[in-house]
Amino acid sequence: MNTLRENKVTAAAFALFVLIILVAALGPSLLPISPLATDAASALAPPSAAHWFGTDEVGRDVMARVVTAARLDLVIALSAVALSFVIGSILGTAAGFSGGIVDQLVTRLVDTLMAFPLFLLAMAIVSVLGNNATNIVYATAVVNLPFYIRMSRAEAAKLRSAGFIEAARVGGLSGARLLAAHVYPNVLPPLIVQVSLNLGWAILNAAGLSFLGLGVRPPTPEWGIMVSDGAALIVSGAWWVSLFPGFALMLTVLCFNLLGDGLRDLADPKRRI
Amino acid sequence: MAHPGHYIRRRVLAALPVLAGVVVATFVLTHLLPGDPAAYYAGPVDSAQAVEDVRARMGLDRPLPVQFLHYIADLAHGDLGTSLSTGQPVAAELARRLPASIELMLAGLSLSLVVGIPLGVVAATRPGSWVDHLCRIVSTAGVSLPSFFTGLLLIYVFYFVAGLAPAPVGRLPSFMRPPPAETGFLLLDCALAGQWQKLGAAAAQMVLPALTIAVFTLAPLARMTRASMLGVLSSEYIRQGRANGIPRRVLLYRTALRNALLPVVTTLGMIGSSLLGANVLVEKVFAWPGLGSYALDAMSSLDYAPLQGFVLLMSVLYVLINLGLDLLYGLIDKRVRLG
Repeated sequence: MNTLRENKVTAAAFALFVLIILVAALGPSLLPISPLATDAASALAPPSAAHWFGTDEVGRDVMARVVTAARLDLVIALSAVALSFVIGSILGTAAGFSGGIVDQLVTRLVDTLMAFPLFLLAMAIVSVLGNNATNIVYATAVVNLPFYIRMSRAEAAKLRSAGFIEAARVGGLSGARLLAAHVYPNVLPPLIVQVSLNLGWAILNAAGLSFLGLGVRPPTPEWGIMVSDGAALIVSGAWWVSLFPGFALMLTVLCFNLLGDGLRDLADPKRRI
Repeated sequence: MAHPGHYIRRRVLAALPVLAGVVVATFVLTHLLPGDPAAYYAGPVDSAQAVEDVRARMGLDRPLPVQFLHYIADLAHGDLGTSLSTGQPVAAELARRLPASIELMLAGLSLSLVVGIPLGVVAATRPGSWVDHLCRIVSTAGVSLPSFFTGLLLIYVFYFVAGLAPAPVGRLPSFMRPPPAETGFLLLDCALAGQWQKLGAAAAQMVLPALTIAVFTLAPLARMTRASMLGVLSSEYIRQGRANGIPRRVLLYRTALRNALLPVVTTLGMIGSSLLGANVLVEKVFAWPGLGSYALDAMSSLDYAPLQGFVLLMSVLYVLINLGLDLLYGLIDKRVRLG
């Protein structure tokens, strides 16, 4: 009954996704203005025909910066999710399928990571490792690990007694071959469905760290930093400096979340809630 | 049936290794990773001797296991070390700032509980209605909005444009002196001192940050309540109850909601994690003098002791929250106690 409407929402989210990817890929090269070029004469100009999103405190074009930042924010989130996906799924599958000491160790690791509030752990990791984009990726990947480990562990444990695994075992496969050829590929699908939702979360996490001054350093255009740059100006009415990058951030995360919900519904209609 | 005391004891004992893990992980995190605080604090006098002196003063020249033993011994005395940048003991500073953070988080969380649970219930009882759509929009928007952005948006709309909210300058307007700190909870302190005008001002300062927290905690809460209520309402025992003529109100709020709340309690644990984290962002946006701003200062100056103390305190809080929720879960659902 709601499927048609929801499909429309998912389709709209997909269109937005394509647009965001295009902006991130091509945007920076199409811009007439450099995102780093300052112009003291037109500092803090409100949105106009010359500067669609206005200019910031030192006269940099906000639109150029928002567009340029898209690539960095997406790359950070994608790398972090890819890293935790690969490491997490391998660890989780190994733990869930083999059980025993491996399972014990991995479970301990997950328990310890989960004992910390995730964002605070990411904050601590970046502040100790040092402020740069790579460390945001590492921190985001580390706090994201438990998510993939737990899910793949549960999936792999279910497969232990599956008929086709028994058959492969009877057929003479064992150990790493069995894991790689039969278990791992079957653990992946439910994980892949979660990637989109997870990307939205990773973008928020990375932008939050930058907003706090951890991670990417100014003047690099990055949405979190830009929102933070404009934060002090908002009480005096210069809304455009932080609201435009904030909206870009929100739209991107919203897009990934809607897409993720749609994907999950497609993959498993029973879980539609 | 197992005695509730056994269940409580078992849960508390199970939390102990996690706490131990947190203590060790916090130490490892702050000591094994690169970055040399001694070089930082030796300052511009960049001689090797100066760096060595600072290192010796911080105890960083000793072998790691020795440092760890000292850390444990200090911890046992409630000593979290001294901040290098302010010279103040970390434990006292954390204790002074903790109430500000807790007050804010509790205000935000209560707000979202009061709105989120009824919203989820009504959405589940009338699928496809406008309330259901509202619930869907709220829960999607809530997880997509960065909390720091929500805060700034609220400041712009309610302070700059509408002029309804006070300036975001912390717990009290700058011209007001805080009441004597009896409890550290400002609203309570104002009431204890009988300073009602101040109480009003402090409450007004809290509206926007609490609303910001409510927006992102509302989403998972409403979504989970709706989903679990839908599941319960389609169950056999509800149908049976309806067939037996039990009034709808009783069935909905006594039988169904009670069962539907179990997964919601589990969701609260996840919310607790994001709440403790996002609170730092919200505190920065509203210049709230809580734990978050303390931690940020420590991070920007590589001040190990406060950072370590902050991470430790927050994680212990989080472990305690989860323990509390587990106990609550056992209280609501007798089956859990048997497990």
